[in-house]
Formats: sequence, C-alpha cells, structure tokens
Amino acid sequence: MDTGFIIEKFILVAVIFGISLVVAMYSTYAERKVAAYLQDRLGPDRAGPFGILQPLADGVKMFMKEEIIPASSSKWLFIIGPGLALLCACIGTAVIPWGSPMLIGGKLVPLQVADINVGVLYIFGVVSLGVYGVMIGGWASNNKYSLLSAIRAASQNISYEIAMGLSIIALLLMTNTLSLKTIVEQQHGLNWNVWYQPLGFLIFMVCSFAETNRAPFDLPECETELIGGYHTEYSSMKLGFYLFAEYINMFVSSAVMATLYFGGYNYPGMDSMAVWLGPTWAPLFGTAVFFGKIVFFIFFFMWVRWTIPRFRYDQLMNLGWKGLIPLAIANIIITGVVIAIIEKF
Amino acid sequence: MSTQVFYFVATLSIIFSLMVIFAKNPIHSVLYLILTFFTFTVHYVLLNAQFLAVVNFIVYMGAIMVLFLFVLMLLNLNNETEPSKSPLIKIVGVIAGCCLVVTLVGSFKAASINSPLILKNQGLGLVENLGKELFGPFLLPFELSSLLLLAAMVGAVLLSKKDEVEA
Repeated sequence: MDTGFIIEKFILVAVIFGISLVVAMYSTYAERKVAAYLQDRLGPDRAGPFGILQPLADGVKMFMKEEIIPASSSKWLFIIGPGLALLCACIGTAVIPWGSPMLIGGKLVPLQVADINVGVLYIFGVVSLGVYGVMIGGWASNNKYSLLSAIRAASQNISYEIAMGLSIIALLLMTNTLSLKTIVEQQHGLNWNVWYQPLGFLIFMVCSFAETNRAPFDLPECETELIGGYHTEYSSMKLGFYLFAEYINMFVSSAVMATLYFGGYNYPGMDSMAVWLGPTWAPLFGTAVFFGKIVFFIFFFMWVRWTIPRFRYDQLMNLGWKGLIPLAIANIIITGVVIAIIEKF
Repeated sequence: MSTQVFYFVATLSIIFSLMVIFAKNPIHSVLYLILTFFTFTVHYVLLNAQFLAVVNFIVYMGAIMVLFLFVLMLLNLNNETEPSKSPLIKIVGVIAGCCLVVTLVGSFKAASINSPLILKNQGLGLVENLGKELFGPFLLPFELSSLLLLAAMVGAVLLSKKDEVEA
C-alpha cells in the first residue's frame, strides 16, 4: 500500500461523498419541483433564479433551529439514531463502479473505491443495516408513535429484504459473479441485464422503494396515523439527517439499479466514443451517462410518490409475502431452467 | 499488522460481549450484541473468509438482531414486570458458570494453541471456492441441512396459524 494509492482512494472517496451530498441536496429541490409540476403548481421559486438556492436556505434553517432532546429519551441512542441512518446511507457508494478506469497522468485509475468480490452482498448488508437508524431513533424517542413507526419500519424492511435477495439470486445465476465491476463489464454496449431479467428488475425496484421507505411504502412516516413517524421527537439537524438519509438512500438505490440492470456506465456506441474521446475523457462521458440513468431513476421515485397513494399496512404485507416472494422464486426457477437448457444445447 | 488488528478487535469483542451481560436495559443488551456480531464480521474478514463475513453481517446483524429488537420493543420490559429471582437460582447460576469456566480452561489446555492451524488453501473462504466445496464433496449434508431448515420454517408457519375450527 503506497502513498499514491491512499491519496488516490482518498480523493475518490471525497469526490463521491461530495457528489452524493449535492445530489441528495438537490433531490429535495427536485422533489418539490416535480410535485409542483404534477399538481399544476410552481413550486419553490423565491430563493435565487427558479428557486435554485432553496436547498441552501433549507439547510441553514435546519442548522439554526433549536435542538430539543426529550427529557425522557435515552440521550445517547437518541443522538446515535440519525447518525447511523446517514452513515448507512453513505457507505453503500463504496462498491459502486462509477466509470471504467480512467487514464490520469499515464496511470489507469479505477473509478470505484473498492472492488470486493462480494460486492452485491455488501450492498445487501448495508441495506439491511439501514433500518437500525430508524429503529434506534424511534425507540430512544420514548414516544409511542415513534415506537410504532420504528416497529413498522423493521417489519417492512425484513419482509422486503427477502424478495429483494431472491430477485438478486436470479440475476447472479446469469452473471456468475458477485463483483459489481464484473457485472457492469458484462453489460457492454446495450447488452443490459434488464432485457434478460425484466421480472427480476421489477421485483428489485419495488423492494428498493420499500427499503428506502419511499411512497407508496412510506408507512414508517405516516402523518395521518403517527403524527410524523420515527422522527416525531426530532428537531433541527438531527431531523435533517433523517430526511437527508432518505434522499441519499434514494440516490444509492438508483445507482444500484442502474448498475445491476441498466448497464451502469455502458451505452450503445461506447466503443467508437472511446476511440474518439480518448482514454481520459471517454470514462468521464460514461460516468455522465451513468448519472443520467441515476437521475432518471430518482425522477421515477418522485413520479411514483406523487402519483400513487400510500398502501395500508396489511396490503403492504400481502404484497411482500404473497405477491413478490412467490414471483421471485418463480423467477429463479425459470432462470435456472433456461440456463440449464442453453448449456445443454 | 494483522496480528495487532486481531488483538484490538478481539479485545473489543470481549468488552462488548461483557456489556451484553451487564447492561441493565434489554434493548441496550441487544445493541451491544449487534456490536459484538460486527466485531465477529471483522474477525471473518481477517481470516479471509469474505463470504462468511458478509453473510454474518446480513443474517445476524441485519435480520436476526432486528427481530430481537422488534420483539423487545413490543414487550416493554421494565423493573416492575420482571419476575424476582430467588437466591437459590442465583447460586445455581454461579455454580453452573464456574463449571463452564473449568471445562473451557481444561479444553483450551488440551488443545495446543501454540501451534496455529494454517489453511492449506488460503482462498477457501472466497465465494467461488466455498460454493464448489459445498456443492461438490459436501452436497448431501448441505441439502439435508437445507431440508431441515425448510421443515423448521413450515413448522413455524403451522404453529403461528390460527385454529380455523374455532372461527
């Protein structure tokens, strides 16, 4: 491990961290603009041109508000909760390949922080860890509504993780690897996994909506039944952390969906583009294409939120256990049979 | 370097597992148990068993402990509802614990720790090799244990199902 390697990774981590924060910040703005468009309103337009400074104004507001820690709460856990939520949201970006290796100063620099050979499972582990932020915060608030919300979040995440894992298994049967880097490299050009695994993608997408607690699965923060949700007792930047974690989660799961099913940084005609742009700029163009896909998925998250109403709790559980899990198992069996037949002939 | 990391993480494991026992609040106990499992994950990584590490992470930390927390949060345990333990039970517990310590110390002495076991195949814990081992030489035990798990699952569903005759 030489110093150059450490500096290179450090810069990469800092850039990715900065980008995820900025994307999350402007997702809040985009969400309000999309909501406004879908409801035939204007949305935020006061701070700066087109309201472009609105996220900054919101951030300043969050920081300036009074910090309140309820007297009957467990103080440490109350503080750890939002921190854990944000941490779990951020660490998922470590294994995502943001672009093909880039030539900087005569050296090929991989645009991925860590290419671990269990990359898919790592993402899955981070997702399953994400619920602790909500559970700990909800319990430490010592408020019955927060507790109910925490319990809802836990059971929802556990239920949808199963279907999510099963849909990934069908994908892994085809890719034969757990490394995200290899999975992306296999989808060269327009050879995307979604053409082979449409059902798997659908299940995975529905589950990522549930895992990120986004509408129509945002039962943990149900204003009409729970006052607010797990963050009822939170104020100031601790509330900000929870809200921010949701947007970063959305960004990461969009990136994972684009990586696993929509070819990551691959696009049709990338070979001629690579010749034309050279080894330094072509990977950057690929990264831009990747971000285009991510932005589309983030838009899709918002589109669904402002179109479909929230599920009832029993509907949520029925969909997860009786709908998605049998479908995912059928998908595995069909994939396995087809692969066996292809290998035979 | 690796040895120092091991001793550091091992110390953390012991501290956290002690905290599991000594924490007054059951929720805190479970949270310390989660930290203990996390240190175990680090141990697996140090042993180059990446698959085991990440599965330990997903299954124990991500799923089983969430269910533990879930149940404890529903139970609302506090000092008033906790059954008072009689001194007899405490004495029996101390004696049983001492017996366990004696047994453990004896077995550690019998096993020679000074000659560490070195894996013939360093990459045994990687997913590919593990899969080949499981689905090759150990296929029958693997399938049998998965059948056992399936039976347990069906049993759990059967137990939790409401009696339809009464309704």
